[in-house]
Amino acid sequence: MSTTTANDRDTRVTAEKIRGSGRMKDGRKRSPVSMVVMFLLALLWTVPTIGLLVTSLRTRDAAATSGWWEALWAGGWTTENYSRVFEQADMGNAFINGVLVAVPATIIPIMFAAFAAYAFTFMDFRGKDVLFISIVAVMVVPIQVAFAPLLDIFGPRGLDIAGQYLAVWVLHTGFGMPLCIYVLRNYMASLPFSVVESARIDGCSNFQIFWKLIAPMAMPAMAAFATLQFLWVWNDLLIAKLFLSNENTTVIVKLQQLLGTQGQGAELLTAGAFISMVLPMLVFFTLQNLLVRGMTSGAVKG
Amino acid sequence: MTSSHSQPPLSDDTTVVEADPRADDAPPEATVPDDQGLQPVKLLIGVVGVAFTLWAMLNLFLAFAYYPEWFFNSKILMGALGLVVGVGGAAVLFYFINVAVEALPRRLEHGLIPYAFLLPGFSLIGLMLLYPTLQTIHYSFANADSTAYVGLQNYVDLFGSGAFWSAVINNLLWIAIVPALTVAIGVVVAVLADKLSAGGEKWAKSFIFLPMAISFVAASAIWLTQVYAYQAPGRPQTGMLNAILTAFGGQPQNWLSIDTGRLNSLLLMVILVWLQTGLAMVLLSAAIKGVPEDTIEAARIDGATEWQIFWKVVIPQIKGTIITVFITVLILVMKVFDIVYVLTNGRANTDVIANQFFNQLFARGQAGLASALVVILLIAVIPVLIYQVKQFREQEAMR
Repeated sequence: MSTTTANDRDTRVTAEKIRGSGRMKDGRKRSPVSMVVMFLLALLWTVPTIGLLVTSLRTRDAAATSGWWEALWAGGWTTENYSRVFEQADMGNAFINGVLVAVPATIIPIMFAAFAAYAFTFMDFRGKDVLFISIVAVMVVPIQVAFAPLLDIFGPRGLDIAGQYLAVWVLHTGFGMPLCIYVLRNYMASLPFSVVESARIDGCSNFQIFWKLIAPMAMPAMAAFATLQFLWVWNDLLIAKLFLSNENTTVIVKLQQLLGTQGQGAELLTAGAFISMVLPMLVFFTLQNLLVRGMTSGAVKG
Repeated sequence: MTSSHSQPPLSDDTTVVEADPRADDAPPEATVPDDQGLQPVKLLIGVVGVAFTLWAMLNLFLAFAYYPEWFFNSKILMGALGLVVGVGGAAVLFYFINVAVEALPRRLEHGLIPYAFLLPGFSLIGLMLLYPTLQTIHYSFANADSTAYVGLQNYVDLFGSGAFWSAVINNLLWIAIVPALTVAIGVVVAVLADKLSAGGEKWAKSFIFLPMAISFVAASAIWLTQVYAYQAPGRPQTGMLNAILTAFGGQPQNWLSIDTGRLNSLLLMVILVWLQTGLAMVLLSAAIKGVPEDTIEAARIDGATEWQIFWKVVIPQIKGTIITVFITVLILVMKVFDIVYVLTNGRANTDVIANQFFNQLFARGQAGLASALVVILLIAVIPVLIYQVKQFREQEAMR
């Protein structure tokens, strides 16, 4: 008896709510609490960045004497910070360096890793387990372990390429390799094995199978990794600072130098920071869906 | 891990390789041979091709460094050539590797081709990660410029220094707070976002995801100038934290130099949480959407409250993802460097191991001490490493 009444009451309430405005288009209940909390969180996560943008567009004096939230009435707007940061901090050159470092360092590892991932997915061989597990293990190793010996190899005592793009390309290719093999292999394992089998029966070589079948099919995973690797290389401070000479260095290192000389260049710092964020944000928002799909489909279980 | 998608046994394979008339033991008429045996000419082409490709790639790359004038000193030209040669060279390299291995007798070919495909990638890992790791362990027993052994002296020095232990405490704090906080906020955001309308969810998530594209250095600049900025008392405050504080009648604080209760370290951690929450949210949100609706419905029918449903139904089903996110952030946090380096460089008790390593190696030229610090870091990640491998094995067993 009691259950029936409860159910009755429940349906009545639901019916009322559908008629009212308490529901969304898809029929779920509107949740005011989540709306408010999410709005506040989104605000909290965005406000510092908006503050940076506003401050970067204000004169040094204005920025030092009033908070950015007062900019609307306190004024002091200018675009001079941007032109000056390009002149004084050599940002234009650094921006080009950043692109020239990041693009090859993003794409070259994929080429090497894809073949390895292909072997791990579609071939059987002795030591496969051990080798792949070593990849999983190496992903955890902090890259700092490599610096002292590699500075020797790349430095004047060795190959003498420290300071050049080449050194950084090689480093990022090596450091990105384990994750790239891992991501691509996990994705390839979800591809239909029968395709490879029938191609083998038709007499295709492994190189052809990889090139004509697997590489195109693994494109989404490659793009997801490329996005991650690009963000990582562009945003990297440590490797760029150690292995690039001052004229070849990236935006992030320039920004770090601006942070170091706070006193004179406070207004340049905000403009520089915003410049350093423009390209990764563009890449990020263009490829966001792809990246999310790649990460959530088990591609990055890192 | 012997997976369902393994290669068929060798004897079943019917790969047809175009008959090479020059191969000495190929039958004269072009029937399809089961095994062609060794094809010396093809092998030679392959081997020479591999050698030439490697030689050309290496020389061209080194020419960028040694003779930039050959490329008119144009960085853009060198960058573009580097990309083309890197990617194209790798493709050509694998092509010749494939040719060389195919020229071998069938049994050998099948045994070798996987290793041939792995070799270039693994050489890079070996050269960039494994060899340097061993060398670093080696250097950690040597003096400042790695010219003479000093035994365990570097470790003795470290364990006897207060700065080292202060950094260890900070690292432990980072490890204890950041991954847990990131996961907690990530779960809250993912759950709340799930209750919004589709459009609202998309927008809210984009805003929280946004910092993922921002570098540690830029994030540090943002928080330093917008949130933690300090002006002398009496002047208008430009940092939000001090502005709020003074609005309520408080005294402005120079936040990043307050080490009472390691407050400054905590404030640095906030920056990392701010950056990483987006990642946690995306992964957890996908996991929450993957929780079957009927398990929640069943709990509801049994009279569970929303709170109980969350803890007893949703959380257990997304536990795997929670752990994945936790470990990902943990690995990142253990080697945290950029934020500390650019904002305080370890001043006022904010130092961490990775920052100490950087300063020992580059500011002070102490390769021995620096190497010892990395070795300690390396030992610290071993439990995580073992856990990851275990986790991976379980995952593979379920595949």
